[in-house]
Amino acid sequence: MTAESIRPPRTVIGPIAWLRENLFSGPISSIITIVLGALLVWVAIQVGQWALTEARWNVVSNNLRLFLIGQYPADQAWRLWAAMAVLSVLAGASAGVHGLASRMLAVTLSAIQLLLAVLMLFSPIGITAVAAYAFNAAIVWVAMVAGFRGLVPRRPLGWAWIVSLPLTFYLVSGFAGTPLESISSNVWGGLLLTVLLAVVGIVLSFPLGVILALGRRSELPVLRILSTGYIELIRGVPLVTILFMADIILPLFLPGEWRLDRIARAMGGITLFSAAYVAENVRGGLQAIPSGQIEAAHALGLGGVQTNRYIVLPQALRAVIPANVGLFISLLKDTTLVTIIGLLELLGISRAVLAQSDSFGASLEVYVFIAAVFFVLSYAMSQASYRLERALGVGTR
Amino acid sequence: MTSTPRARSQTTVPLWRDVRFLEIAAQVVVVVVIGLVVWFMVSNMISAMNQRNLGFGFSFLGRQAGFEISESPIAYSSRDTYGTAFLVGLLNTLFVSFLGIILATLLGLIVGVARLSPNWLVARIAAGYVEIIRNTPLLVQLVLIYFAVLLQLPSVSDSITIGEGFFLNQRGVYVPGPQVSGGFGIFIASIVIGIIGLIVANVVAGRREDAGKPSYRMRTIATAALFVLPVLGWFAAGGQPLTFDLPVKERFNFAGGLRLSPEFSALLFGLVLYTAAFIGEVVRGGIQAVRRGQLEAARALGFTEGQTLRLVIFPQALRIIVPPLTSQYLNLAKNSSLAIAVGYPDLFKVGQTMANQTGQPVPVLIMIMGTYLAISLFTSLLMNIYNRRVQVLER
Repeated sequence: MTAESIRPPRTVIGPIAWLRENLFSGPISSIITIVLGALLVWVAIQVGQWALTEARWNVVSNNLRLFLIGQYPADQAWRLWAAMAVLSVLAGASAGVHGLASRMLAVTLSAIQLLLAVLMLFSPIGITAVAAYAFNAAIVWVAMVAGFRGLVPRRPLGWAWIVSLPLTFYLVSGFAGTPLESISSNVWGGLLLTVLLAVVGIVLSFPLGVILALGRRSELPVLRILSTGYIELIRGVPLVTILFMADIILPLFLPGEWRLDRIARAMGGITLFSAAYVAENVRGGLQAIPSGQIEAAHALGLGGVQTNRYIVLPQALRAVIPANVGLFISLLKDTTLVTIIGLLELLGISRAVLAQSDSFGASLEVYVFIAAVFFVLSYAMSQASYRLERALGVGTR
Repeated sequence: MTSTPRARSQTTVPLWRDVRFLEIAAQVVVVVVIGLVVWFMVSNMISAMNQRNLGFGFSFLGRQAGFEISESPIAYSSRDTYGTAFLVGLLNTLFVSFLGIILATLLGLIVGVARLSPNWLVARIAAGYVEIIRNTPLLVQLVLIYFAVLLQLPSVSDSITIGEGFFLNQRGVYVPGPQVSGGFGIFIASIVIGIIGLIVANVVAGRREDAGKPSYRMRTIATAALFVLPVLGWFAAGGQPLTFDLPVKERFNFAGGLRLSPEFSALLFGLVLYTAAFIGEVVRGGIQAVRRGQLEAARALGFTEGQTLRLVIFPQALRIIVPPLTSQYLNLAKNSSLAIAVGYPDLFKVGQTMANQTGQPVPVLIMIMGTYLAISLFTSLLMNIYNRRVQVLER
């Protein structure tokens, strides 16, 4: 081969090579790229034009308080800020002490509160709320630094988390006859209710799901049959039927004088529904534990409960964390279904907003805003789950 | 000697430390507790129903329903019974789920393959679509499509026209309607015969090949017949067994064609867009799970791109895809109950109306849940059969 016949190599690095490789690798690919690119630009221009000139975003900003807290009394809103502050400090401190999962929680909490503060700047809610959320977003980092420096003792931190649950609940709902007056759950609404439903659902359905999963793998036939039947029954029906049951049928099943409020019933319905799905996830994790682990535990003289507590569950639960985060994202999205039984969470409150005369015809703006809120929340959770999956090395060990 | 200590230990273990006794006792306690709770609830319900002078039972099913249903595949009027009304709801649910599953599978397949496209733009658009859809609630998408898009469309006189015979306006989506003539049965029969013939030829040829006998190109002949038979059937049926009736715009309305109500369109569109994003991820995962060596081996053997995909990648990816695909189908069927948010009269919406009117929520809910359970079980049964077939194909 002579030197003349060898042509210079085509560029293999740099932007030109990247374009040739990824967008114009052949005639068909080039045509697709050009057509899709043109379409994309056209769509972007249309959407941009609508969003920047036509859309009446003031419908969203004027009603931001409704979207965030529903009918919750405005002069009591400081209790929500305080509750968020408690959670921010704890999340920040945990992030500093433990890292990893809690660090993602803390960063997300800080980012979301910062976002809320920025949103509120454009609304008539007032500068105090903006300052409160900006402050909360900041103390996450202060607490995290304190945790890093070793200023936060580990053990009390765990207790603080446990105490924080009733404390935040007390802050939000109050109790008659105490310094914080009672605020009926009838007025809870908007994002506040969405988050409450999701958090309560996640916190309660997890232990219930673990119990159901253990029951399904139990050697005792009665427990196995009951757990399996429950799981399959719940997974075979839509969530709306469960919510319908919680809303209409449950009061029939209880004596007339027992009055459970509607939000508690909805929380119960979501928890019972979600537990069946958690159980199936956990069962997957349980099945992945090699039987040698259990035999070794027995050989060491551990009993049944001890084997589960110290050997099986810690391994199984770690393996199913990413799958459960995925489940909790669906749970967050599924909370919208309570609007069907008439609760005013984020989607339900939109109906009240759209019924006002000056927001007539702004349904696209309102629904796009709600979709965006859910997108931010679930995207944050899915990214966290993705990082967590890699950090835990699930499937690679 | 070896059996004596065991026998002694059996007698000396006190009852409260005997594992077998504890196991039985625990189960008895669980059964008793659950039985008591159920008895408590049912007796409360019966006394509540008695207070309202409503007996508990399914006798209301034979009574006249007295409410209209906006769309129904079978003849229905408010004079029909509650039983018929329930059936209409069930048929509507089945109809939208069936159509939704087919369309979502097609779109999902495209999305899944597009996400793996070597063209960066195609892959990014598909990924963006999946992320946006998967991270927003289906119910928000449904109300957005229904209230903010379909109900905001122009009135009939200013309909949006998309090509020949497709119109969009406030009253719904107008598409060409299939018109069936008398010979349609013959045409369908010719297709069915062709399919049965192909299956039989496949089985017989496979048996003969396993036994080492020639298969006489049975598969090729049957495949050819599958295409020839419908053509013959078409002519045997008198030329035009199936025509499409285009909607024609008149002064105040449209004549002919098929009108899809805004409620149905919103539900179908929403379900398809939502489920397709999930199916796309399932398909992508399945394709990526096929080992790279398989692809390289196919190339080394001189397969074309299309052959590689069709003969090597897909058959193996299918084994991984089918189980999660089944759960996506089940999700779609269950999610169709969100029809109530856009006012499409599906099983759940009709059921809720029935519960309100009869004051019998418990029997109605039992019927609704039982029906959804039956749909779920039937779908997973079908998919399990298909799954087994796909698994057998593995060599």
